[in-house]
Formats: sequence, structure tokens, C-alpha cells
Amino acid sequence: MTDEPTNIEGAVCAPPLTHNEQIVMGHGAGGRMSHQLIQKAFLPAFQNPALNVGNDAALVMPDSRQRLSISTDAHVVSPLFFPGGDIGRLAVCGTVNDVAMLGAKPLYLTAGFILEEGLPMSTLQRVIESMREAAEEAGVQIVAGDTKVVQKGKADGLYITTAGVGVVREGINVSGANARAGDAVILSGTIGDHGIAVLGARGELGFESSIQSDIAPLNHLIEAMLDASPNIHVLRDPTRGGLATTLNEIAAQSNAGILLDERTLPVHPEVGAACEMLGFDPLYIANEGKLVCFVPHEDAGKVLSVMKKTRYGEGAVIIGEVIAGPRERVLLKTAIGSTRVVDMLAGEMLPRIC
Amino acid sequence: MKYVTEYRDAALVKGVIEEIRRTVTRPWTMMEICGGQTHAIVRHGIDQLLPPEIELVHGPGCPVCVTPLELIDKALAIASHPDVIFCSYGDMLRVPGSGHDLFSVKAQGGDVRVVYSPLDAVALAQQNPDKQVVFFAIGFETTAPANVMSVLQAQRLGLKNFSILVSHVRVPPAIQAILSSPHNRVQGFLLAGHVCAVMGYWEYPPLVEKFNIPMVVTGFEPLDIVQGILQAVQLLEAGEVEVANAYSRAVTFEGLKPAQDAINKVFMECDRKWRGIGMIPMSGWDLRPEFDEFNAEKRFDVESIQAEESPLCIAGQILQGLKKPHDCSAFGKECTPERPLGATMVSSEGACAAYYKYKG
Repeated sequence: MTDEPTNIEGAVCAPPLTHNEQIVMGHGAGGRMSHQLIQKAFLPAFQNPALNVGNDAALVMPDSRQRLSISTDAHVVSPLFFPGGDIGRLAVCGTVNDVAMLGAKPLYLTAGFILEEGLPMSTLQRVIESMREAAEEAGVQIVAGDTKVVQKGKADGLYITTAGVGVVREGINVSGANARAGDAVILSGTIGDHGIAVLGARGELGFESSIQSDIAPLNHLIEAMLDASPNIHVLRDPTRGGLATTLNEIAAQSNAGILLDERTLPVHPEVGAACEMLGFDPLYIANEGKLVCFVPHEDAGKVLSVMKKTRYGEGAVIIGEVIAGPRERVLLKTAIGSTRVVDMLAGEMLPRIC
Repeated sequence: MKYVTEYRDAALVKGVIEEIRRTVTRPWTMMEICGGQTHAIVRHGIDQLLPPEIELVHGPGCPVCVTPLELIDKALAIASHPDVIFCSYGDMLRVPGSGHDLFSVKAQGGDVRVVYSPLDAVALAQQNPDKQVVFFAIGFETTAPANVMSVLQAQRLGLKNFSILVSHVRVPPAIQAILSSPHNRVQGFLLAGHVCAVMGYWEYPPLVEKFNIPMVVTGFEPLDIVQGILQAVQLLEAGEVEVANAYSRAVTFEGLKPAQDAINKVFMECDRKWRGIGMIPMSGWDLRPEFDEFNAEKRFDVESIQAEESPLCIAGQILQGLKKPHDCSAFGKECTPERPLGATMVSSEGACAAYYKYKG
């Protein structure tokens, strides 16, 4: 070490990166970059009232008597099979859940398959069987489909796109834009299980984990909840981007603030440990079998107790409330009593160095 | 979770903060040197709970933030090479070089991979003998043992297709630089616990003596951090100048001798540019000449790449603790985690990113 005073050159900086020129992985991570892609590329071209609302499913009314919930979801996951599920179960549950989150009973799905040349027939059979089981559990029928095969190396084994339609219950008005000050925020169970299970299956954890993905069709849970209270304001499944991103979307759509209590957030100990070691935050990790529900405070108790009696809602807890302000912000009261902002996922979630 | 939950116990943390309130009689400015600590302070909102007399300034201890622009340009050049598998810790991918970042290289077909350990990169080199595998070896003293182990392992395996691009920095010269600055406001340091777990804290008494300023080895959980602050306040209030250890469950005075030996075998001290700060003499580590065959800069002939950093943001002043992220006019406007103007917004350990994420 030298004893000479150091020459400080002063402020320096790099130019910003907009990633407007080409698609990067962050555009598909479900966070702010995905939103910007939708805002800049898709909405201007397709805009219409149903799309502009910004929910995961569209509410359409072909005539004055019926309200339909329609959604579609493309599924790419590596590996195709992982603890707790596979791409087939994901493809069915993902769309069933998106349709159901408007308070709808999902009825029919379609499925499109992009198959890579060389994919073992037995793999495809396993995926199809898994889809059949998931559809049976959800009580939906897969009524149309399509298959394309691409050359070896042009796809990662198998991609599935599903679309779904369901009928919205009468007297129900559920949307991400409906959160109101005073609503209780209920979460159906532990967060981060799916994301960590898939990372583990990729061999990227560097240690053994028994975490199972939480993939599940949530439509029966939602039916039970709506039976308990027709006053539910918001339902959404916090998938890519995690709970933090989903809550930020709802705060923005509803022009409301959300205050969470860190001590109530349910995290499986193994997921928590994996996150501590890898520098991830469970708030940003994907779930495939969880939902958040915003319901007026007075109905929260009965919704919660009904949820706890169901298979996929037994871990349900109240994690926070909707507050009048600051608007379009998610705040978290930390375990030690301070308050901080919970932001949306930016681009890809990156493990921290140390 | 064992060894985590008990160090996040709200009652214990509040008890220590009460003790800080009772002890403090006048304003003190202290710096947490490590980006991981900055992150923990803001994530847990520890700064909100401290008495107003205590000001924490955030130090240049984020290895991602301080990696100089020209080294990132070298990384981009190497990663663009068709025969290269370029391996990096995750959060380096988003750091902009002069023109683009590693994400862009990946989008254009470069084989860029996130690894959790440099030894994963060595394994990739074994599995891909027809490829050149390069690991971006950045970090402070904390990551140095693992990074040098990758070189020693590759040497032992006789690998001819593995090399590392080194951008290692060291804490003591950075502290010396900060304390030597005419603008310095820092009166006490919280030393980086994980750095000291490797290196011990024998390097710090000469600095304490020279600059007449107390330092406290501090851990990363809320209780560790408030304990470190308490000890620093106690030393400052008593006018005592020494290196105290508030992280004794992980840190000894001597540190980990085998790790230090491995570092010294592979690395030698060198001058190093810090992004946002500039050249700090003998503040880095580089490969010793006898390990030239593992030096990616030499293997790929990128030594001549130079880069000029443009003076748009105040990252440098934030890294030196002279300003806070909120003092920057671009903060949260032109500069966000998706469009970072400066390195402190890029890394999840960067002070601006921590402020943006947790303070809004």
C-alpha cells in the first residue's frame, strides 16, 4: 500500500441501456421490462377495452346475458419435468388459473404444441397424460389443439400454448383494478416454491432440496371463496415476477397503496434457505399454485376460514391491507418495525455475488 | 432458520438500538464499507430506526459497481467470441460497458452463462474441451479464495481451455483512499465481515493509527449491523481508536490462513481503476506472471482495450460516501434499475439500487 493521497477522478458513469433494439431475457421475466414490452409493442397495435384493463384474462360480453373470461398462456420451462410438476400440468393450470382469477368457472381449453424434432415419444406421452390429469382435476375439457414440429435445435424439446374460456359468475366483479382502501390482502400459502423447485431441477442450486413446485388448478378454491363472499375485489396468481410484482400491478391498476407485514409472509424454510444462499428474495420468485385475494375487511375472516379448509388454500394468511396512500406503491413493514418500499421485479432476477 | 432468525429478532435489535440512543451524545458519520451491508441496512430499514445523530454513508464495497468500464468492455469482447463460453456471477450481466452489456452479447448469440461458483466454470471447461471457458473473476477479498481455487483446480487438471478475466479489488486501499480525500466526512468504519472472515483484520490497525479513526468488524444480519454501529458509537464517544470485532462468530484477527496462502500464491497486488472513483494504487489483485496461461486478458489479446467513462451520474460521489442516491437529479427518473446510468444502480448491492428498491 502506498502512503500517497489517492487521485480521485470524480464522478463517472456509463450510458443507459434501453434494450429497445432486440429482445433480451429480461423481457420475458414478468417484471417491469415485460410490462414495457406490452406497453410499447403490443398495446398500441391491439388496444381495446378488454385488453386495456390489464388483467391476466379478458372479460368479454358476447351478449348482454353472459360474461366470459378468456386467457392464453405460453409455456416454456427447462427441464420439462421437475419436482411437483411438469410442463403439461403447468400448461393446464396456468390458463385455468388466469381464467378463474376474474371469478369465472373455467370450462374449455385449447392447446398448441411446438415439438422439437427428436423429442422422445415417451416424453410427449408423459406430458399429455399429465395434462389429462390436470384437466380432470380442474374440471375442464381440452376441446381443440394443434401440433407443429420444428427442426432439431430450433426449440427446447417442447413448448405448449394453451387458451381457455370460462363463464363469470353472476353478481361477481373481480378485477385487478378493484382494490379499495381497507381491503384485507390474503395470500393462499407459501411463496417461491415453484421457482426454487425448477432451479433445483436444473441443478443450479448446488445443494440438495426437497422443495416441490406448487403448481395447482385454483378454480375450486376460488369457487369456495366466492361462495363465502361475493364481495371479493381482486384475485390474482403471483406467477413470474413473484408476489412483489403482482402486488405492484394491482396497486397500479387500482391506483391504491398496499402495506404488507413482513412477519406474516409465509416462506417454506427450505425456500428461505435457498434464497439466503443464492441472494434471491422470495417476494420475486415465481409461484404456480398460489393466489392473492383482496376482500373488504369485514369479509376477510370468513374467506380465510373457507380457504384454510381447501387443499390449495390451507396455508392461507392475511399478509396486509390496502391503504389510501401512497398510491401505486407497495410498502412493507419489516420485522424490526421499519417500513420500506417493495418494488416490481426489474428485468431478470439475478443471483447476487456475495 | 438457524443462524438467521435469531439475528433478525426484533426485540433484540430494538434493545441494541435503545443502547445506541442512550450512548450517543453528538452527531457521528460512519461508513459501512460493504455493499452487502448497505443492502441489509436499507432492506431491513435499519437506518430509519437509528437516532438522528447517526448518519450512515454507503461505501464503495460493491464489486459489481466498482468494476471499471474498460474491464467490462474486455468481457464483452471476449464473450462475443464464437468459441467462448463466458461465465459470470449473475449481477454482472446487467452492467453496461461502453456500448452494450452481457445480456446483449447473449441475445446476439454469445454463450454467456450465470454460474454460482467459479468451480462450475472449471467443470464446464472439462465438459467442453473444444470451447474456451472464461470466468469473470470479480470481487473483493470475499470471492478471491474461490476464484483462485478455480485457477489452481484448472492447473491441477491440466486444462488448456480455462482462463479468468480478473477484476479484483481490496478493501484496505479503498479505505485509505477515502480517508485521504480532502472531502472525507467519515469518522468511523463498519468493516466488511465477510472480507474479514477471509483476511482477518490485521491489515486495519495501521490505518486506524494513521487516520486516528475507529473501525468495527461488522456482520450482515440486522442484529450484527446494529451491534457494529453500537460498538462504533461507544468507541467514538469514548474517544477510543482501535479495531473492534463485532462479528466474532465468523471473524478472527488472523483470518483464514489457507485462503490467504492460496490468494498469495495466485494473485499479486496491482494498481486498479474503480468505476466512479478512478485509479487507487495497489488496490487490486491480478494473476501472477506464472499463471499467465490462465489470464484471459492475455489469451484473448484484449489488453489494449481502453474506455472513457462519461461524467453523467454521481455514482463516484455515492461510492465515496460524499452523496446519497436521493441527491442525484437522475435518481428514479433517467436512472432506474432497468436503465441504469451508473453502476450503483445496476448491482443489487449498489446503493442506488438498494434505495430505489426499498425507499422509492
